Amino acid sequence: MKNTQFRGVRDLRRDEAGAASRAPAARWRRLAHDIWPPALAFAAVIGVWDFASQVLVSKANTLPGSSFTGPLPGPWLVVRSTWNDRSNLWPAMWTTIREVVFGVLIAVVIAVLLAIAIDWSRSFRRSIYPLMVVSQTMPIIALAPLVVIWFGFGTEPKIALIALFTFFAIAVGLVQGLASSDPDAMDLLRTMGASRLQLLLRVRLPSALPQFFTGLKVSITFSFVSAILAEYVGATQGLGVYMQTNYRGFRNDLVFGAVIVTALLTLLLFGLVVALERLSMPWRRPAQTDTRW
Amino acid sequence: MVERRGARLEVRGLAKTFPGDGVPVVALERADLVAAPGEFVVVIGPSGCGKSTLFHILAGLTQPSAGEVRFDGQIVENRLGACAFMPQRDGLLPWRRTIDNVTVGLELSGMRRAAARERARPLLARFGLAGFEDAWPWQLSGGMRQRAAFLRTVLLGKPAMLLDEPFGALDGITRAQLQEWLLDVWGEVGSTVLLITHDVAEAVFLADRVYVMTPRPGRVAAVIEIELPRPRTLAIEESAQFGAYEARLRELLREHAWAGGDAQPSSSGSSGSALHSVSEPS
Repeated sequence: MKNTQFRGVRDLRRDEAGAASRAPAARWRRLAHDIWPPALAFAAVIGVWDFASQVLVSKANTLPGSSFTGPLPGPWLVVRSTWNDRSNLWPAMWTTIREVVFGVLIAVVIAVLLAIAIDWSRSFRRSIYPLMVVSQTMPIIALAPLVVIWFGFGTEPKIALIALFTFFAIAVGLVQGLASSDPDAMDLLRTMGASRLQLLLRVRLPSALPQFFTGLKVSITFSFVSAILAEYVGATQGLGVYMQTNYRGFRNDLVFGAVIVTALLTLLLFGLVVALERLSMPWRRPAQTDTRW
Repeated sequence: MVERRGARLEVRGLAKTFPGDGVPVVALERADLVAAPGEFVVVIGPSGCGKSTLFHILAGLTQPSAGEVRFDGQIVENRLGACAFMPQRDGLLPWRRTIDNVTVGLELSGMRRAAARERARPLLARFGLAGFEDAWPWQLSGGMRQRAAFLRTVLLGKPAMLLDEPFGALDGITRAQLQEWLLDVWGEVGSTVLLITHDVAEAVFLADRVYVMTPRPGRVAAVIEIELPRPRTLAIEESAQFGAYEARLRELLREHAWAGGDAQPSSSGSSGSALHSVSEPS
């Protein structure tokens, strides 16, 4: 028993010392070691895609004298065409990014308010939790056209739809996190005369941060998809409109390009949230923070 | 026994029954306890004897089913914030650095963070935390965590401190060092201390008076005054007097553990009370 305790402390010290004195060369080696498996997998996907487009459906792809591309354009063609069409892609991208960022921000505000209210009052929990679940059963495909009919083709209805479909994961995570606060810490602060509000601010909210970020990461992964679906139904600008237009114009290369851009944007936003997560919880021990893929 | 008038803390006929699953659970049947200002009082007993329930009532976390608690002769109904409580596990908040963990009580009472830190800083060295004020709790050793928790308790500046098995999770060597250190600090602070333990040597070493509690149902079975000279060092544990106190305590605990442990929870109403009436203090 005692031995394992001491060993734990010693290991910790060794880790700290190791982190401080780790040579740059060693760090690069470790980075390379971490990077090659995903890089290889990525290269394999590109290779299969390239092979399939060249060999399997190459005949369908050759339409000389027109800008039309076949059902499966190759990766290099997609990259080249998308880059050449960047003047159309940029505004579409920015519109969607704006919608997603505002939508997720509003979702966070709503989720935090709801979660605190649910955590605060049992009767609020009973009345609002079922409604929250019901709000998630509405299919976006059915709701989006109605929202367009009610509020028009602008970006605000899209923002509202994104918020509606991303707040849930954040709120549920936060409610769970608030409920998982250490009861002993709560008791301790109560013996110091802490009010309910002080307990919320000093114990419950900090303990809920990890689960809040888990919920936010889940929300981020389908925020862009929600935006594109909302745009598909009726909009004047955005990646959804861009995809739809090019799909109708038989420019599958540009549709593929927009899909890849969407994936990259999602990854970028996800990475930003992970960075924010680390910044806002500096107290976590390195082993907890270290999420490698 | 201490005069009722001069008691800092006085507990009379304290009882607590929890509405268990069908059958009510008697956590505390009757507890009487007195602590004079500046006294070091230890409550000892096996697990399940209601000593944690007793502390939770004193700290204001639970209301008793019967009995009264007086601070300086006054009955206090809302006891939250009246005593400085140190829980069994250190209770350090993982998202606060050492300096902010020890000042959390001062901040809750409305003191500015900067002022609270100023008050805590000069004490860090005395509590063996110098150089660790900016460390996160996971970076501290077990002994440091307990000392930080104790500093947090001392900084509350309350007339009485409730320490719930403060050294329970520590290894023997660290525990012995901290016991000696605790007596030194207590001598400087001059506060009334109530400490829970199930370690007989710890009880004799620290206490002016030891209350022996027995389980099922929890009650105070005996009181022993420890008349060892102060200041005490660990060397005192070698003395014959110390050994005699230790033996007496062990005997009391064994005797009552047998009586309580033998009684089944369902039959504690009849056989339990018959056995307990033998050792009833009055």
